[in-house]
Amino acid sequence: MSSSRDNILARLRAAVPQDHAVAPEPATPPSVELSRTEKVARLKQRMEAMHAEVVVTDAAGWRDALKTVLRNRSLNGLLYAPATALGQELAAAWDSDLPPLVGYTEDVEQSKERLFAIDASITSTQGGLADVGALILWPDPNEPRLMSLAPPLHIAVLDATKIHDSLADAIALERWQERMPTNVLLISGPSKTADIELVLTFGVHGPKELIVLILDG
Amino acid sequence: MASSVVVDFPKNFANALSNPQLRRNLRAAMDTLGMRRRAIFSDKDAFEALRAQGDAIRQRSLRQLPQLLEQLEKKCTENGIQVHWAETTTEASQICLSIIQSHHATRVIKGKSMVSEEMHLNHVLEEHGIEALETDLGEYIIQLDHETPSHIIVPAIHKNRDQIARLFHDKIPNTPYTEVVEELNAIARKVLREKFCAGEVGVSGVNFAVAETGTLCLVENEGNGRMCTTAPPVHIAVMGLEKVVERLTDVPPLLRLLTGSATGQLITTYFNMITSPRKSGEKDGPKEVHLVLLDNGRSKILADPELRQTLKCIRCGACLNHCPVYTRLGGHAYGYVYPGPIGSILTPQIEGLENAGAMASASTLCGACEEVCPVKIPITHILRRLRNESYSKTDSPNAVKGHGYKSNLAESLTWKGWALTNSAPWANVLNAKLLGLLGSQLTKLSKVELVKNWTQVRTMPKFASKSLHALAKEKGISDE
Repeated sequence: MSSSRDNILARLRAAVPQDHAVAPEPATPPSVELSRTEKVARLKQRMEAMHAEVVVTDAAGWRDALKTVLRNRSLNGLLYAPATALGQELAAAWDSDLPPLVGYTEDVEQSKERLFAIDASITSTQGGLADVGALILWPDPNEPRLMSLAPPLHIAVLDATKIHDSLADAIALERWQERMPTNVLLISGPSKTADIELVLTFGVHGPKELIVLILDG
Repeated sequence: MASSVVVDFPKNFANALSNPQLRRNLRAAMDTLGMRRRAIFSDKDAFEALRAQGDAIRQRSLRQLPQLLEQLEKKCTENGIQVHWAETTTEASQICLSIIQSHHATRVIKGKSMVSEEMHLNHVLEEHGIEALETDLGEYIIQLDHETPSHIIVPAIHKNRDQIARLFHDKIPNTPYTEVVEELNAIARKVLREKFCAGEVGVSGVNFAVAETGTLCLVENEGNGRMCTTAPPVHIAVMGLEKVVERLTDVPPLLRLLTGSATGQLITTYFNMITSPRKSGEKDGPKEVHLVLLDNGRSKILADPELRQTLKCIRCGACLNHCPVYTRLGGHAYGYVYPGPIGSILTPQIEGLENAGAMASASTLCGACEEVCPVKIPITHILRRLRNESYSKTDSPNAVKGHGYKSNLAESLTWKGWALTNSAPWANVLNAKLLGLLGSQLTKLSKVELVKNWTQVRTMPKFASKSLHALAKEKGISDE
């Protein structure tokens, strides 16, 4: 109701002091700049502490690393994004003994039940945060939001050159404020809760397992 | 709802204190939360620097609150998010209800939101035949038991695993009794997964809203918040209007302070930033996103420079975890949605001193809350202000609602007498003589109604027939 809006804004305008002297704000303490190796190591250590499985591999070896992960589990399928570079690479060399690749190609209205029934998914990432140990995901039309949420196992592929020191750095260097997408996600591990006696338990409503393949070199 | 209910604080407090199970559950949990927070902020200087930054950001946001809210509205609208303004909780609930009804929806899934508790939204929706299911594990547990949250971060912390095991066994069909936390968790996961798939409208809170970009930020660990804001075709976010910040760069320090203070985490499992509904070509996400901005007395709080500090709060719950009173009572005894130190300063300002003023006395003024507050809210100063205003009527336009509700002749005369005997030597001598003469007769006063409230938990002093001063004088000790 517009009258509520006007009433609230009028009260707020009357309430905010007009002559308030603005105190200078403390500057953000400069973050220590880490080398790529240090960033990979820190992110790995932090994310493992949050029960993510982190595999450091390279551009040549990551497909084999992935296949090893998949062969060690019995999965009913792997949800993937066929239109991404990652998806095309996967589809080009898929082995018949691996869980079938299932493309996220239809709108959620047509595919919701299937999305909630599939065991695993694989997505790319926008980057990572070394200081806290988290992945940055920018879901898009090709790689939708539920991919990293509905399946119990989420596998994420991270390019080591895209790991930032901190969230503040990621925002500043990539100028997020000029190009925020529909949804930005930071993910630091499999879903968890401590709501019963503060006992930390993994795998609540989101994925029970998170595997990160870091492509370093 | 709460405002129409008379809260019997002394009875609530007595009940809570005499419940050993509750006290054990709370003690263990609060100690753990405190320890985790200390571990994450072990570098004192770094923490103080971060805290100064958080305080400054929140102060700047509040100074520009009307402009930032207009900017937020403009940005959200450009992005396709529909913005609604509500002066009262009733109005906010009505807005949610009409959005839900316009979609003929009956299955609502909810992420954790204290503002929705403040609105008593579930109650309103249920009255209209709409199922509003809490999906945060803690909230799900207490909803099964028809309770309200006892803590703003860990809502079911007053219950232990045996109680939850019994509850699940009794309330969820075909559920075997188990006290294994992982199994209890798996039971809830199974029940709620079906609900996420079937939910027609998702409701969530907002931790920070960024005016610059029109972005709604949500902090969580379980993934239920993401489910509620991603899976259903409609998402309604409800937010106290003080939660807006100016820039995206304001978010990282506040996020760090929030997760560290709340649960001792560097970052939560998920940080979810929502800037628009599903765009053309995108395959999932809600097609409609609504933002409901709730005032409910906040604009009045903003007017007073001291009370305004209350609105800096980022709802981390650290003040609860470190409060010697909260730790012994838990949240329910306070009788209102927001318990603990922050509740004790926020609630009386919203509900009026005449209703909730007693909350301001549920504190020892030890200052632990202030020491841990990540945005430096002067909680004890505000508590004292509320106590003072409870007794004194003032003409100030910023006076708290219900000021002077406790003012009475007997008490003001007592304090006038107290001031006199401690400032005028003759009055002091007279007073000592009188007390000496009456001596132990005074204990009878403890039967008098006015004194009884005080003496029921304290021993009435007995006065010696001669004061120390007089005895010393008799012995010839010089008092100079």
